[in-house]
Amino acid sequence: MTTEMVGIEIEDLHLAFGKTKVLTGVNLTIEPGEFFAFLGPSGSGKSTLLRSIAGFGPQPEGHIRIGGKDVVDLPPWKRNVGMVFQSYALWPHLSVRENVAFGLKERKMPSSEIGPRVAAALDLVGLKHLAERMPNQLSGGQQQRIALARTVVVEPKVLLLDEPLSNLDASLRVQMRRELLALQRKLGLTTIFVTHDQEEANTTSDRMAVLDGGVIQQIGTPQTLYDTPENLFVASFLGTANILEGKVERDGGDIRFVAGTGDKLLLSSEADGTGAIVLRPQNIAITDRPDGDTLSGRILHREFLGSQIRYIVQAAGTEMVVDQGHKAGEAGYLPETDVHLKVNTQSAVWIPQ
Amino acid sequence: MTSSSRPAAGGRSLADRLPDALFPKLSGPAIVGLFIAIFLGGFLIFPVLQVIYVAFQDPGSGALTLRNFGDFFATSLFRESFVNSFYVSAMSVVFATLIALPLAYITTRFNFGGAMIVQSLGFIPLIMPPFVGAVAMQLIFGRNGTVNLLLREHFGFTIPFMDGLNGVILVQSIHYFPFILINLSTSLRNIDRSMEEAAQNLGSHGMRLFRKIVFPLAMPGYIAGAVLVFIKVFDDLGTPLLLNVNNMLAPQAYLRITSVGISDPMGYVISVILVAFSVLSLWASFLVMRGKDYATVQKGGGGLARRDLKTREKVLAYGAVALILLLVLSPHIGLLLLSLGTVWSYAPLPDGYTLQNYVTMWENSQQYIANTLLYAGLAALGDVIIGTAIAYIVLRTGIWGRKGLDYLATAALAVPGVVLGIGYLRSFQGIDVPFVGEPLASWWVIIAIALMIRRLPYALRACMAALQQVSHALEEAAENLGASKTRTIRRIVIPLMMGGILAGFVTSFATAAVELSATIMLVSSDADSPLAYGIYLFMQTPSGRGAGAALGIVAVVIVGLGTLLSQIIVERDKKLKTQSGDH
Ligand SMILES: Nc1ncnc2c1ncn2[C@@H]1O[C@H](COP(=O)(O)OP(=O)(O)O)[C@@H](O)[C@H]1O
Ligand SMILES: [Mg+2]
Repeated sequence: MTTEMVGIEIEDLHLAFGKTKVLTGVNLTIEPGEFFAFLGPSGSGKSTLLRSIAGFGPQPEGHIRIGGKDVVDLPPWKRNVGMVFQSYALWPHLSVRENVAFGLKERKMPSSEIGPRVAAALDLVGLKHLAERMPNQLSGGQQQRIALARTVVVEPKVLLLDEPLSNLDASLRVQMRRELLALQRKLGLTTIFVTHDQEEANTTSDRMAVLDGGVIQQIGTPQTLYDTPENLFVASFLGTANILEGKVERDGGDIRFVAGTGDKLLLSSEADGTGAIVLRPQNIAITDRPDGDTLSGRILHREFLGSQIRYIVQAAGTEMVVDQGHKAGEAGYLPETDVHLKVNTQSAVWIPQ
Repeated sequence: MTSSSRPAAGGRSLADRLPDALFPKLSGPAIVGLFIAIFLGGFLIFPVLQVIYVAFQDPGSGALTLRNFGDFFATSLFRESFVNSFYVSAMSVVFATLIALPLAYITTRFNFGGAMIVQSLGFIPLIMPPFVGAVAMQLIFGRNGTVNLLLREHFGFTIPFMDGLNGVILVQSIHYFPFILINLSTSLRNIDRSMEEAAQNLGSHGMRLFRKIVFPLAMPGYIAGAVLVFIKVFDDLGTPLLLNVNNMLAPQAYLRITSVGISDPMGYVISVILVAFSVLSLWASFLVMRGKDYATVQKGGGGLARRDLKTREKVLAYGAVALILLLVLSPHIGLLLLSLGTVWSYAPLPDGYTLQNYVTMWENSQQYIANTLLYAGLAALGDVIIGTAIAYIVLRTGIWGRKGLDYLATAALAVPGVVLGIGYLRSFQGIDVPFVGEPLASWWVIIAIALMIRRLPYALRACMAALQQVSHALEEAAENLGASKTRTIRRIVIPLMMGGILAGFVTSFATAAVELSATIMLVSSDADSPLAYGIYLFMQTPSGRGAGAALGIVAVVIVGLGTLLSQIIVERDKKLKTQSGDH
């Protein structure tokens, strides 16, 4: 089961349900063989975008090219893209074998060939022994695998997964996402994975697109997006972010961020005008002694998390989240303590307004 | 129904519990339940068992035997009747499907402006008793009816729509297709969009997709509807009788009992076959559907995706719906014309129009109408009283055997009217009613009781639904404030159920008013006849047809108004409840 790898290009895609605009100006290039994630909050248009690639939903404006061929006017049954539905959508009146064989029969494949192909697909997901079961006799995880087998058996050009793990319980989810990734690597199938869970996106995808309000906010590897968000939405959607608003002052060669409260931070990269800086909790250190470039604050609250302690610190006019590594025997700071925050400015990200 | 006290908690010794077990203290609901069980036992179970028993009894010696069944199958008329009943029922299912399938498909798959029309299409046939339409259908589709006269004149050929069994099939499928329409539509709406999309994604579309995925998923609903149609047609007496088709099972049972006599075993054998087939069909459909609850709609999902019709498809869809509407309305149209016509034979339309038929009808039918109001009124009243009591016992008490009470009342569904009629005649002939000096079987009250038993399953469902909507917390609130159980039922439960109870009453009343199969066997004198039997009598003579049709219109109006009224009551009740829930 190897397929020729194809890429996907989406160009200026717009889509509306009646008068409600759901996708606006989507541009996206997915490389052949890439594991790509659509990440965003519920209602951001991830499913709509994915479904438009498969040919479902309202007719969009713009272009969707799969392997260089524009499919935007093709009906779903002529696109040869494999989609796994959030609900799995196994047909309850057909056995596992019949479910998996369905697409091959639709392609008028001789039955002498269908048998081995179905067996191989079931083998691939490790459920060969369940071939004669009915879908309602399977657990959630098994249904998920069968749905996957049913899709990949027809050797689609790309694989689309809409929140494939959301109906599984937590422990199975971690296992399944690893299996999913392993399978994708094995088949070398260009894959899009829709999720609202950043951990899922981070751990599986080569690159991802963050969506909000039907607009792509940023595209990149998980690490790029986390370390260098381009806007406040991406910054705060991925992980915890302290956001300080203010402006930039130049003083000779120094570039300094000045918060609304007057607190100042020396920046180590180019910045200008007004905007905000994003500081991750682990890139801030708590010290007793101020130096030229610290923020003074007061500890409001602390949460012991095991490997680290999370402090909520009143500083620079807001409540900042600060994580400090924890080693055995260290007491850490108590609430109501006055402290100073030393910021690793190399990691601070400037987001102009 | 022996004890309403909750099972005693552990800890009491057997000796302590023994007196309770031997002499159960009966609570109010338990006593009521016991009475209902006795009533149903006497007027439903006993007569039916009696019929079955007699079917296996040697008429001479009274010994148990299978000889009667041997005789039945040795007689060619009976074999023919058996085959005919089966054929007519099966063909009615086929034609009802042909009517219902396009309607269900159009309304669930497309954005179709006429969905409302199709919805009401599902009700129109049900507000006319099928036998009433049968005669009118003769005039429109018969050998010398409107359609064939026109066909002969313009095209030189005719179609035997109404000849013999064809007529029964046509009338029955037009009357009963809503069962399939309603069930199939519900099933189709319960299919999740992703079921279809997954198939499209794998390369399937169009009719192939419908055949391999959509229709199989809707199969449970279709089978539920089709079985109902099959059973109803198999058991029906009125329509074949009025169309003068006697070589079917139900008419044969009726004719044997009325012409040969109450001791002739053939009527009983046929009854057993009718009941056995009803039960067998239900059982078979149960087997087929077991484990196939295919409702796949996800939370928040909206069933199959609908698409807009293209212009050409629109013309086709509206054309099909209009044609079916015309077909379904033809009995009503025919009946109206017949009731208003002077003479109507060998002509596409009546020769002239008059109200004379209504005058004749009124002069001759006041007794029928009065009887009908009395019987149907009593039956419906009994139904809602028993229905409310059973609903309360089943849903609100822990009385032993309460489920059995529900099943007992519902079992009436599987008993054809003819069978109940024969059972009553046989069982109650020898019982004289005190002070009246008449056998129970020919006393007019027995007709009301038969109607009550026949309609009870429907009234019971209405009462159950009504009680389910009354939140238990409302009762508990009343009890918490110190009201006793009885007072709570009277002051809180019944008033809150009133909408549902009224709707149940009206439905029972309207359908009981036009029931023919059980009553036709129990009517012992013209003075005791209800309207349905009156129509039957009128229709026996060509000169009485006009007046019969006028009486038929009265029946349609009663049922129609009843249906409308119950609809209004249900709607108003719903509104009332949601308003009070808003605060
Ligand atoms: N069939 C529909 N009709 C109208 N609006 C819809 C429909 N499906 C989705 N939407 C709207 O489109 C937006 C994006 O939905 P969706 O793509 O399902 O979001 P996500 O998958 O990111 O949670 C939502 O605001 C939703 O309300
Ligand atoms: Mg979604």
